Amino acid sequence: MFDHLSIPLVAGQLLIGLINGSFYAMLSMGLAIIFGLMNVVNFAHGAQYMLGAFIAWLLLNTFGLGYWPSLLIAPLLVALIALAMERIVLRPLANLDHLYGLLATYSLALIAEGLVRQRYGSTGLPYPNPMPGGVNLGFMFMPWYRLWVIAFSAVVCFGTWLLIERTRLGSYLRAATEKPDIVESFGINVPRLVALAYAFGAGLAGLGGVLAAPIYQVSPYMGSSIMIVIFAVVVIGGMGSILGAIATGYMLGLAEALTKVFYPEAANLVIFVIMIVVLMARPNGIFSTSEAHR
Amino acid sequence: MTGSVLAWLACGVAALAAPYFVYPVLLMTVLCFIIFACSFNLLLGYAGLLCFGHAMFFGTAAYVTGFVLKTTSLSPELGILAGALFAASMGLVVGLIAVRRAGIQFAMITFAIAQFVYFLLLKTEFTGREDGMHGIPRRALFGLIDVSSNLHFYYVVLAVTLASVLAFYRIVHSPFGELLKAIRDNEARVESLGFKPERYKLLALVLSAGLAGLAGGMKATVFQFATLTDAAWPISGEVILMTLLGGLGTLAGPMVGAALIISLNDILAQFGEWALIAQGVILLVVILAFRRGVVGEAMAWANRRRT
Repeated sequence: MFDHLSIPLVAGQLLIGLINGSFYAMLSMGLAIIFGLMNVVNFAHGAQYMLGAFIAWLLLNTFGLGYWPSLLIAPLLVALIALAMERIVLRPLANLDHLYGLLATYSLALIAEGLVRQRYGSTGLPYPNPMPGGVNLGFMFMPWYRLWVIAFSAVVCFGTWLLIERTRLGSYLRAATEKPDIVESFGINVPRLVALAYAFGAGLAGLGGVLAAPIYQVSPYMGSSIMIVIFAVVVIGGMGSILGAIATGYMLGLAEALTKVFYPEAANLVIFVIMIVVLMARPNGIFSTSEAHR
Repeated sequence: MTGSVLAWLACGVAALAAPYFVYPVLLMTVLCFIIFACSFNLLLGYAGLLCFGHAMFFGTAAYVTGFVLKTTSLSPELGILAGALFAASMGLVVGLIAVRRAGIQFAMITFAIAQFVYFLLLKTEFTGREDGMHGIPRRALFGLIDVSSNLHFYYVVLAVTLASVLAFYRIVHSPFGELLKAIRDNEARVESLGFKPERYKLLALVLSAGLAGLAGGMKATVFQFATLTDAAWPISGEVILMTLLGGLGTLAGPMVGAALIISLNDILAQFGEWALIAQGVILLVVILAFRRGVVGEAMAWANRRRT
C-alpha cells in the first residue's frame, strides 16, 4: 500500500508542512494576542498578511528596494495601517458586542482584497527568491530560503513569547488582558497598549506576508485562503492562548503534510476534521485554561 | 399602524406587477435571497447566534435539489423540499457541534465547518466539482402546472417567499420566538427559569438552516444550475451584510437589505471588483454609523415623530 513512499517524498512533504506550519504559527500567534487583549477576532489578519506581501512587491517594483529592506519596512507599514484601523474603526466599537469588531474587520478585509484585485488583477505576481541555491542533505535537497523561513519564524515566535512572558511590557499586556480596569487605575494607558498590541499583531501578519512572497506567489487571494486555516488553528488551540496558537500552528502544518503523503485527497480536509474532533472532545480547545475561557 | 399596512399593501402590488417591468430572473434572485436573509435574521436577530457559514446550507441545498431533480423524475417542489430537509439535518449536525459555544466562538466554528463543507462539495463527484451542476430540469409544478417560463415561475417563487416570510413571522412571535429573544438577552436568566437554552438554540439553528436550504433549492430551480459560489464564504458574508443593512431583528429589514444588495451587485457587475469593495464599505458604514439598519432607523425616526 505504501510502495510509493520514499524518504525524499516524505521529507519533502514534511518540509512543506514545516514551512506552512511556520506561517500558521506566526499568524495565529498574532490573532491570539489581539483576541486576548481586545476580544476581537481580527478577520483582517489574512488581508494584513496579503498586504505585507504586496507592499514588498511594490517596494521592489517601484522603488527597487529588495527583500531585506522590505522585511523591515513592509511589516512597519502594515502596522501603521493597522494603527489607523484601530483608531478609526475598532476603538469606537470597543464597548459594543464583540461580534461588531469581527464584522468590521471582515469589511476591512473585503475592501483591502477588492482594491488589490481591482488594481493588480487576480493572478499571482512572482517575487524573486533572495537566497537562491541550497544544500544537499543526502536524503533531500534543502533550499536556503526555506531554511531561512523556518529558522526566522521560529525565532520570531519564540521572541514574541519571551516578550510577553518575560518583560515588563509583556506583564502589562497580560495584566491588561485579565483586568483592564485595574491596570488602568495603576496609571497605565490601556487604550494605547491595546492599539500597540493590535498594530504588533498585524505587523506580524505583514511580516509573514513578506516571508511568504518568494515561496508562494503574491496574490490577492493569499490572505483569505490562509485565514480559513488560521481560524481553525485558533479554534483548535484555544482562543487567546499564545503558546497554544504557536504549537497548534506547527502541528497542523505537519498534519496537513503527512495527510498529503498518505491520503492526498483529504489534505484540505484534515485540519477541519481535527477541529471537529477537538471541539467534541475539548470544546474550549487543546491549550485552553479556565482563565483563557471567558 | 395604518401607515405600515399601506406600505405592505403597496409592496404587494409592486411585487405582483414587477416582472412586467424588471427582468424576472433578477427578481427571483432577490426573492431567494429574501428567504435566505430571513433565515439568517432568525438566528442572529432573534437567537443572537452569528453563523459565519450560512452559505453551507444555501449552497448544499442547491446541489441536493439539483441532484434529486436530475436523477429522478420528481416535480420541482419535491426537489426543493428535499434540499430544505437536507439543509435542516445539516443544521442539526452543525448545531450539535457548535451550539454549546456562544458569541465569537460560534461564529468561528461555523465559519470553519462551512469551509469543511465547501471542500467536501469540491471533492465529491456528484456536484460536478469546479464546473458546477448544470441542466437541472424545471418540470411541471405538482406534475400539473407548467412553469418553464420565467414569468410564470416568478409567481411561484413569490408565493413561496410570502409563505416563508409568514412562517418566519409566526416563529418569531410564538412563545418559542419570545424564548429565543430572552436567551439572546440573558441566557443565564432563562436557564434559571428551568429552560434548556441549548435545546432552543439548536431548534433555531435547524429551522434557520432549513429555511436557508429552501432558498438555495429554489435558486437552483430558478437558474437551473448550482455552483460552488453559492456554498463559498463570500455568500455567507453577503447574507450578513443584507441582514445588517436592512435592519437586524426586524421583519422587513432583511427583505430591504436583500433587494438593495442584489440590485447593487447587478449594477456593479460590469465594474470588476467594485461590487466587492462597495459591499465592504457599506458593511463598515452600517457597523460604524447605523447599526439598526435602514428599516430600524426608519422605524426609530417614525417613533420619534409620533411622540
